[in-house]
Amino acid sequence: MSDRLRVKKTYKLYVGGKFPRSESGRSYPVTTPDGTELANAALASRKDVRDAVAAARKAHRPWAAATAYLRGQILYRAAEMLEGRSGQFAAELASSTGADPGEALGTVEAAIDRLVHYAGWTDKFASVAGGANPVAGPYFNHTKPEPLGVVGLLAPQDDPLLGLVETIAPAVAAGNAVVVVASESRPLPAIGFAEVLATSDLPGGVVNLLSGRVAELAPWLASHADVNGLDLTGVDDPELAAGLEREAAENLKVVRRPGSGTDSLASLRRWTEYKTVWHPAGMAAAAGGGY
Amino acid sequence: MFEYAPAPESTRPDIKEHYGLFIDGKFVEAEDGASFTSVNPADGRALFTVAEAGRADVEAAVDAARRAFETVWGPMSGAERGKYLFRIARLLQERAREFAVAESIDNGKPIKETRDFDVPTAAQHFFYHAGWADKLDYAGLGADPRPLGVVGQVIPWNFPLLMLAWKIGPALACGNTVVLKPAETTPLTAVMFAELCAEAELPPGVVNILPGAGATGAALVHSPVDKVAFTGSTAVGREIAKAVAGTKKRLTLELGGKAANIVYDDAALDQAVEGVVNGIFFNQGHVCCAGSRLLVQESIAAEVLDRLKDRVSTLRIGDPLDKNTDVGAINSAEQLTRIQELTAAGTAEGAEPWQPECELPEQGFWFRPTVFTEVQQSMRIAREEIFGPVLSVLTFRTPDEAVKKANNTPYGLSAGVWTEKGSKILWTAERLRAGVVWANTFNQFDAASPFGGVKESGYGREGGRQGLEAYLDV
Repeated sequence: MSDRLRVKKTYKLYVGGKFPRSESGRSYPVTTPDGTELANAALASRKDVRDAVAAARKAHRPWAAATAYLRGQILYRAAEMLEGRSGQFAAELASSTGADPGEALGTVEAAIDRLVHYAGWTDKFASVAGGANPVAGPYFNHTKPEPLGVVGLLAPQDDPLLGLVETIAPAVAAGNAVVVVASESRPLPAIGFAEVLATSDLPGGVVNLLSGRVAELAPWLASHADVNGLDLTGVDDPELAAGLEREAAENLKVVRRPGSGTDSLASLRRWTEYKTVWHPAGMAAAAGGGY
Repeated sequence: MFEYAPAPESTRPDIKEHYGLFIDGKFVEAEDGASFTSVNPADGRALFTVAEAGRADVEAAVDAARRAFETVWGPMSGAERGKYLFRIARLLQERAREFAVAESIDNGKPIKETRDFDVPTAAQHFFYHAGWADKLDYAGLGADPRPLGVVGQVIPWNFPLLMLAWKIGPALACGNTVVLKPAETTPLTAVMFAELCAEAELPPGVVNILPGAGATGAALVHSPVDKVAFTGSTAVGREIAKAVAGTKKRLTLELGGKAANIVYDDAALDQAVEGVVNGIFFNQGHVCCAGSRLLVQESIAAEVLDRLKDRVSTLRIGDPLDKNTDVGAINSAEQLTRIQELTAAGTAEGAEPWQPECELPEQGFWFRPTVFTEVQQSMRIAREEIFGPVLSVLTFRTPDEAVKKANNTPYGLSAGVWTEKGSKILWTAERLRAGVVWANTFNQFDAASPFGGVKESGYGREGGRQGLEAYLDV
């Protein structure tokens, strides 16, 4: 065995395209299921949530305005990056969850394939979900889905990579910017995934990733007035989930309750809302209004 | 301006002295015997009394709807469900004049609007959704779309029959049964619709109508329904969202608005002015998607205001049953008070009000069309939904500023844009945060076109293929 001292990784947050520590200076130990210490993860605070929401808001408009083709290529690029590091992720996943290495590799590969699936959705979704409406009058009438804006995602607790990808990909593919709270006890694969995103030409701020306590961070996301949607998938306590849903009602966020399905079209739809545009088509209708 | 002789509508519907609740196909009194009076807003006089549903009645109606869902409506083929809805659409068309006059009397809106808009569009909604009932597999929403079960629906007073149609049409087409609460000031066309359901031989319990006020609505929201659909104020929508938190109930909300109507300097001004007038004075401004903020480009502001005042001066305000009437009565004393309070706040905050010189009837609830200039974005009349015939005028210099001001609201229901440049329409429409954008038109509605908001104007759509999602488990 070499006597070289191993360089250990410092796990940090991912906010606005950068990897800061928590502004609180806090961290918490992350262990394997059997209690072996793996690393320290940043313990994000309320201020980190607010910084992440601000970064997401800033990034949302240009991301939504990017062409669907470009968004698809960037998501595909993320799949390429993950594929290239699949061995590393399989090892991290195995140590995080206690899964055997073969099973862990299968999970990583499923996550890659899920990214590829959503990469291919970006430039089909609007034509599948939207369309022209045959109204009873001389009007051009057209409906298309648009992203909600900033979505807060509480990632699944027990599925730290595939579940995370399943949570992030549809929201981002549809043009939202997101603030994700990683699995509380198994955040390391998520932080690794942030590194994948950071090297995939994804503009900084489109995905922001926090590690920390769900019960501490989620209320700030739920009550934040500049957040448009909230995914409660990773909230295991039903009391907490109901309370968060009530907080989210204050500015009428769209809420995904724990245990909702993962059909990809329904997932894309969840974080979008339809915009319908009318225009007169023909001289008779050019007179203005319905009077 | 020509003087018009009065042209009152001659058909008078047979309004009964009293109506009951419609539960399980029968008209019944409230279990606790409660009832309330509906008033004609055009003269302030009592029209009829109607039973007021309490908690026990809500329970009975939800039970009836559950039975109907499990034994009749759920198992029925889509094609047969559709035929019932087609039948309802046809009956509404046959009795259109009767419904139009009744709506006008109970709500205060002009007969011209109920006759040409509310009732025909309500019939269209049933006809449109009838056709979906056996084609849900083709709606592109999922491989095996299933109904949700029993739906509780609460609707507002501004388009009583039309909002009922928007709610009941898609719910029934998708295989759900419904319990619907009309607004307390406008129950008439809802109870008439209950009679029409009986006439159509709709199986008992498929549609239940429960007149009542806020307490009835709250009881319905808390009852064991599978879904709640609400149209009304953002404040109440927020309470409903909190009430269903932690349950399995689905929710769609169509809430308030403070729509911007953007007029660029290259707009066709006559059409734009007509659209601005339609946008805010249609239905006395009792429209959640009303164009209540006019954003006009600075270089043409003076001219637009001159033309606008000329046009508003020709609006006829008065008897809702006169076919010449453009602007009818304010729906209730309570709503009139709110409009008066907000316009007073506008004046107190430094905005400049203008009203046409016109006589108002002495009895009933009336408010002159009002245009406020010198409006700042911070003023209440620029931020809060007035839900009355009151327009706030603001100006802008650049398209960027127009979009920024238009989006400077927690609401996001609708918006208007007026320009003769196609690319500018698309550029602007792309950036407006609103569920519906009307370009070179305003206040257009159609059963085939999804309607609904974003942000604090709620979520979910009504109408079109997309509107079916609100009533299906996909």
